[in-house]
Amino acid sequence: MEPIRTVVGRGVPLDRSDVDTDQIIPAVWLKRIERTGFGEGLFSAWREDPDFVLNDPRYKGANVLIAGPNFGCGSSREHAPWALEDYGFRAIIAPSFADIFKNNCGKVGIIPVVQPPDVVHRLMTAVTEDPSIEITISVEHRSVVVPAADVEGSFEIDDFTRYRLLNGLDDIGITLQHEADISAFEAKRPSYAVTIG
Amino acid sequence: MGKTLSEKIWDRHVVRAAEGEPDLLYIDMHLVHEVTSPQAFDGLRMHGRTVRRPDLTIATMDHNVPTDPPVDGVIQVNDPISKQQMDTLAKNCAEFGIRCFGMGDPRQGIVHVIGPELGITQPGMTIVCGDSHTSTHGAFGSLAFGIGTSEVEHVLATQSLPQRRPGTMQVIVDGDVALGVTAKDIALAIIARIGTGGGVGKVIEYRGSAIRALSMEGRMTLCNMSIEGGARAGLVAPDETTFEYLKGREYAPKGADWDAAVADWKTLVSDPDAEFDETIVIDATAIKPRVTWGTNPAQSITIDEKVPNPLDFESSDDQDAAALALEYMGLEAGTAIRDVPVQTVFIGSCTNSRIEDLRVAAQVASGKRVADGVRAMVVPGSAQVKEAAEAEGLHEVFTAAGFDWREPGCSMCLAMNPDKLAPGERSASTSNRNFQGRQGPGGRTHLVSPAIAAATAIAGHFATPEEV
Repeated sequence: MEPIRTVVGRGVPLDRSDVDTDQIIPAVWLKRIERTGFGEGLFSAWREDPDFVLNDPRYKGANVLIAGPNFGCGSSREHAPWALEDYGFRAIIAPSFADIFKNNCGKVGIIPVVQPPDVVHRLMTAVTEDPSIEITISVEHRSVVVPAADVEGSFEIDDFTRYRLLNGLDDIGITLQHEADISAFEAKRPSYAVTIG
Repeated sequence: MGKTLSEKIWDRHVVRAAEGEPDLLYIDMHLVHEVTSPQAFDGLRMHGRTVRRPDLTIATMDHNVPTDPPVDGVIQVNDPISKQQMDTLAKNCAEFGIRCFGMGDPRQGIVHVIGPELGITQPGMTIVCGDSHTSTHGAFGSLAFGIGTSEVEHVLATQSLPQRRPGTMQVIVDGDVALGVTAKDIALAIIARIGTGGGVGKVIEYRGSAIRALSMEGRMTLCNMSIEGGARAGLVAPDETTFEYLKGREYAPKGADWDAAVADWKTLVSDPDAEFDETIVIDATAIKPRVTWGTNPAQSITIDEKVPNPLDFESSDDQDAAALALEYMGLEAGTAIRDVPVQTVFIGSCTNSRIEDLRVAAQVASGKRVADGVRAMVVPGSAQVKEAAEAEGLHEVFTAAGFDWREPGCSMCLAMNPDKLAPGERSASTSNRNFQGRQGPGGRTHLVSPAIAAATAIAGHFATPEEV
């Protein structure tokens, strides 16, 4: 993962609640065994509708998705953030996110930015009216700034995730530094703990 | 202050805790399937890493497997991309020393069906899988949750996972449910109450007399749907029902180990003075069989109700969601759900494909005929479920009634194999998600229990067993 300090760019309004991972990347795309190239499948069913927001040329090149509550609910497929990332999104602003999706975003390097519903609504309206307005999200300062929408807020991101994003660190490498702790734990597991022979 | 069950299991598995960092949690069992693992194994190879504990890892093929009858004893996979994904799992398991129950293996099946039936899923364990319905295993009083592919790689490499401690929520369902009300209806009633995001960040413990009265398979159905209410996991404290189910299963402890295990498992209850972050109380006697009308699992009504009007909802988000859902589902507000005809009935999935589910459906179908123009399919959850059902003659009951009796797998729950809805086609499905296009692009899914599904197949429209 590349280090991420700041995302500066433009927003796409996706004014729907409970956007599930089957919409973000339909199951037919999950048969691939590669890690890349999922952008083509992003919202593929919705993109068949010419009026779908991603088909609007005014939002071409935008890198921040603005969506309704409980974004990313449903399946655990990391293919969903892979598709968003491959398509060009670097951050998602929503009133709330589903747990597994939010976790997966942290692994992929997409910033999930929780904002109060009224702020999300204001942003949604602003980018609908003027797709060119600039959005700045800083991992370093935990801030989201959109002068054109009169938004200057902060968002929560835990210290550990922030540190990982800022440094582009691999989780596994961090955990393996504690290999001795894992071995010590394993030595104390009960005799009846199930193993697969 | 006492601890809740989920806190007890959590605390037992903390390898390392440090201020400002997530806990490093030990994982007792890692379940692997073909869809969310190939990139994880690639990651291991790329970094020159191995699988730390192949003996705490098990793999199966389920999402892609076709359910058509085998030809000369071999299931034919005609989709080359599906075949490649399954071949890749077999190759990865061979390379890294992981036991894999592939197609044709007598232990093959949906990952959340085989774990319990083989006795691998046991109380007090931490269990993960690259699949959101891993919550199923919570039925045994284990802490079981879905993870993404990066986390799959992490668990393969370290047998542990950095995780933030979740919140706690209890859902108390007290009283006796009416005849014909199943675990599926309880699950849909709970999700309708808390909403799709009601459990976000929390582990739900299901409690109360109606939960105690459920069989292990009923508890699996209930815990399976926890993720549809947004919960990190769902669990039920183990009891005699749990121990009786586990005893003698292939991977369950034996002899003195069994006695030691049960003595320990009996301590796996929430302390009387434990405090939950949130409590929901539901009257079991008021629960009726339910049918979803919309495009998320919280959008359900009882079988006696009418499709709601979007304006009936309070928030504008809910109103907008309902309007979009009705448009997608091709439904008019005010239509009695009983009057809605279906073209397909799917009985299967990790939610409802176990032997008890099939018995209930067969009882409804026995001596009846599937309505004209309805395609009805029964997909057992595993090779063992299929074998058990056939030993009881259930397959003959189904086929005599006009149901299609198929090979085990995830099948039409998510339509990664050839079992799909056509655009606009409407199904009554015992699966877990009624998302847009879930069962095939443009398909319209209504979630129901196996009893309602079977009755609906006979009637041709939504119906209860009493009506057919």
